[in-house]
Amino acid sequence: MSRFGEPANTSLIPAPIARQPWGMLIPLFLLVMFGAAVLFSAAGGAMQPFASSHLIRFAVFMVMAAIIASLPQPFVKLMTYPAYVVVLLLLLAVEIVGAIGGGSQRWLDLGFMRLQPSEIMKPIVVLALARFFSSLPPGMVGSWQALALPGVLIGLPMALVLMQPDLGTSLAVAFGGAVVMLLAGLPIRWFAAGGVVAAVAAPIAFFFGLQDYQQRRVTTFLDPESDPLGAGYHITQSKIAIGSGGITGKGFNQGSQSHLNYLPEPHTDFVFSTMAEEWGLIGGLFVMAMFALILRWGWRVATASNDRFSMLLAGGATATIFFYIAINLMMVMGLAPVVGIPLPWMSHGGSSMLTNMICIGLLMMVNRWNRTAPRRGLSG
Amino acid sequence: MALRGARSTLNPTKLKNAFDRRSFVVSTAMGGIGVLLAARMAYLSIGENEKYRTEAESNRVNLTLIPPRRGWILDRNGAPLASNRADFRVDIIPERMNNPNATIEQLGDLLGLEADRINDIKSKVEGSRGFRPIEVASGLDYQDFAAVSVRLPDLPGVVPQRGFSRYYPTGPTVGHLIGYVGPASAEEYELDRNPLLITPGYKIGKDGMEKQFEQTLRGVPGARRVEVTASGRIVRDLETREDIQGNAVRLTIDGPLQDYAARRIGLESGSVVVMDCRTGDLLCMASMPSFDPNSFSAGIGSIEYSMLREDERVPLRNKVLKGLYPPGSTVKPMVSMAFLKEGIDPEETVFCGGGLRVGNRVFRCWNRRGHGQVNMAKGIYQSCDVYFYHLAQRIGMDPIAEMNRRCGLGEEFPLPVTSQFYGTVPDPEWKLSKFGREWQAFDTVNATIGQGYMLASPLQLAVSAARVATGRHVMPRLTKDTPPKGFDQVDFPPEHVAYVRQAMSDVVNGPGTAGRGRLPFDDILMAGKTGTAQVVSLNISDGKSGPWKYRDHGLFTFFAPFDNPRYAGAVVIEHGGGSGAAYPIARDVMTFLFDPQQGLEKLRALEMQWGGNAQDRLSAKYAAYAEARGEIVSPPPRRDEDIFARVEAEARSAAAQSEEIADKAVTPRPEAAPTGEPRPSPIELIRNEAQP
Repeated sequence: MSRFGEPANTSLIPAPIARQPWGMLIPLFLLVMFGAAVLFSAAGGAMQPFASSHLIRFAVFMVMAAIIASLPQPFVKLMTYPAYVVVLLLLLAVEIVGAIGGGSQRWLDLGFMRLQPSEIMKPIVVLALARFFSSLPPGMVGSWQALALPGVLIGLPMALVLMQPDLGTSLAVAFGGAVVMLLAGLPIRWFAAGGVVAAVAAPIAFFFGLQDYQQRRVTTFLDPESDPLGAGYHITQSKIAIGSGGITGKGFNQGSQSHLNYLPEPHTDFVFSTMAEEWGLIGGLFVMAMFALILRWGWRVATASNDRFSMLLAGGATATIFFYIAINLMMVMGLAPVVGIPLPWMSHGGSSMLTNMICIGLLMMVNRWNRTAPRRGLSG
Repeated sequence: MALRGARSTLNPTKLKNAFDRRSFVVSTAMGGIGVLLAARMAYLSIGENEKYRTEAESNRVNLTLIPPRRGWILDRNGAPLASNRADFRVDIIPERMNNPNATIEQLGDLLGLEADRINDIKSKVEGSRGFRPIEVASGLDYQDFAAVSVRLPDLPGVVPQRGFSRYYPTGPTVGHLIGYVGPASAEEYELDRNPLLITPGYKIGKDGMEKQFEQTLRGVPGARRVEVTASGRIVRDLETREDIQGNAVRLTIDGPLQDYAARRIGLESGSVVVMDCRTGDLLCMASMPSFDPNSFSAGIGSIEYSMLREDERVPLRNKVLKGLYPPGSTVKPMVSMAFLKEGIDPEETVFCGGGLRVGNRVFRCWNRRGHGQVNMAKGIYQSCDVYFYHLAQRIGMDPIAEMNRRCGLGEEFPLPVTSQFYGTVPDPEWKLSKFGREWQAFDTVNATIGQGYMLASPLQLAVSAARVATGRHVMPRLTKDTPPKGFDQVDFPPEHVAYVRQAMSDVVNGPGTAGRGRLPFDDILMAGKTGTAQVVSLNISDGKSGPWKYRDHGLFTFFAPFDNPRYAGAVVIEHGGGSGAAYPIARDVMTFLFDPQQGLEKLRALEMQWGGNAQDRLSAKYAAYAEARGEIVSPPPRRDEDIFARVEAEARSAAAQSEEIADKAVTPRPEAAPTGEPRPSPIELIRNEAQP
């Protein structure tokens, strides 16, 4: 299959346009448009308050992604660690503001927007790890140094995000970091050992680390019917919305579950259920196909990369996007506890859009590097 | 895997290879998860589509039953004794409430409920099964109703609705007869798992006609399908099916007469039964004091229950059917019929010297000075006991008992009532089997004057009057659609009937014991028989004064016009101090029947003295009671069934009261208490002298 990212040889389309990665952009645009349509319905058949801001945000963040895509590799490598430190300080600031203000807070009010530093942290951790492993001599990949600093790089933001408390985001940070470490070639037995530690730590964390409401989410996930009107309500209603949609759905603007408020958060976490109720299995498969195209493009960018930094960065960014999609879809279909992770490009919400567009921007950036610098087998 | 143990040989190429392998594995895993998710979605939307479609629909659509309007209960002329009133009401369903107490308090504020009402509701919520709706208030005005409706999202489990509530225009005067309605109890729902029974606002008959004709009156519920949001707000009506009102039940009761009779009983405790001699129609079955069925429909309140319960005149007992009294001298016409049947010449005289010696005992006549020579007519109109003692000794108890039974004593009538007591007609066999003792001469003496073991209900006495008056085996009926019965069965030959009629007419219109019972009409003469039933022995009370519960019962059976009986009936006044308490009521009731205007004038004058009509007095009494005792009442039993089971048990023990004096001869009391202005007649003089 030919890659859309390759410069086209026809003269009908101007080169700067033909150069763009349309194989990813077209599914992305379709997805955002479709998301806007679902949000239009979730607002009871109106552009306000969800659909219009969804589109505006996408436009703004698309520009941001284009800017990211144009950055040169040396500059990115130079700025990675300072950026990491800045975002880490922002996370700390959130903690402090929250402690002073009384009660947990996840965002900083910058006046023009509410910045959620934990969201930016996800791609930044990927960047930082990619930067670290790209500069780590190959011979040291199996040594303890290969684990120590990355452990700190992941551990600090995780701890800060957990204190917010935001389990979903801290898991996303860990997942992105773990995938980069895996791709960096760390010994597989470390991951096996990590898996065992996690299996042992999970019950302990469950009983001592999780907040009450988080524990409830897990127990209800295991048995949603135990509390159909309480915590299990979300999962049950989401399944009803998806299941009642059938193959073709109830029709645009015809979803009773979302319109009559049975479905909680029909415009954010459970936007997929809102969509599935009205568009059915067909709509669901369409959305999943679009995601598949975007993720496949992301992996291709990673595997086509010329250097270690690029490939780890692209792989990590793709994995971060995947984590959002997978956890959200598993949650709405009753396969995972309710963790409050929105669906990329469909859910209404600025922070997740920001994160995912940063990832897209980074992938486009790597894609551009790949085109300008031919692949060199021995590049460090 | 390739890297295991290869630390020393790691180089960029190997790392690149590892990256390629691992990224393949990771992306394959991601693809796998994607396939899993797609499969899961297909399963939900295809495999379980049916199930979730149903659940979505049951989320969206709320089906509410509209309680059917209950059929009316009509009197013989089609006037409503029980009808429905459109109103606004509020119910709660405990199961759906998050914090019942707080919600009830809030409702109490909104609706301005009394503190005791709020407490009643709270205790009902505690004792209830969750799905049963509990009425908070009905008959609300629109303002209150709207105040609750707009706050619904904050009041889970509260159901305000427009509906109909049962309305009894004459209130307490029909309480015992018609019964009342109330929410179905858990037990009733167990028996009849009709979802209608737990629909807020629906009430089933709890007593009387309401209970007997429940299925007829019920009707078919309507249904309303509405689309609701998760918070319960109604978005739109999808479909509404109107309810079908229950069928009306038409009684033989004459509404105005029932009301009149009940009010005429006044401050006394007693009952009035009037029958139509030509059809057996029960025109009136009044039992007072009573309860107001209107106020029972929301459940019986603590204060009201406590008030009714502490009243020694037992307002909860339907005395027409469940009051049993020694019939006293009202059995004498029946005994006379027995004598006639046994071939005794009515003109045969017995000398009454104030007592009769049987063996070595003397049985006294109520008139200590004696009646002189007494024939059957005089025996009836002057109620001479010696005449009956003497001839009863001659014919024995069995023919008398047989005749009493033929007249309706001890009989259970085929009427649509929840329960009726059938009393006792004693005879030697009965006494032997019940007490293991032989029948004694004094037992016959007691029985011939309606004392001792003999017990009858006011209904039975009214039937006996109708049967004696017509000579036919008149069967009472309560609904217009039951065919009249018994008129083809001749109980007594016309000449016997004519004789007894004349003698009973003389009780009222001649030299008899009920001189003031004369109807205020020249052309309509009422016939009757007085009775005074003693409940305790002479050494406890003289029957006229002292504690109310020791006073004699006053009885009167009657029919009119005497020569061509149209109406017959009985009046029994509990502890009225003698028949003088009973027959003036019968006179006024019959006056009302023939000339309502004249009857009402008399009643108005009386009610002025009594302090209003039955409903007014009940309300006033309730207010006074609530003021005095409101804080310390004990709550009513949780189930209405328990309340009436208790009342019935007490009625049985009350009926047994007079049995205590049955194991010796009862010394009869003077007939007709001398209240009001006496009609000058020789009889009056005799009676006055006989007074102790």
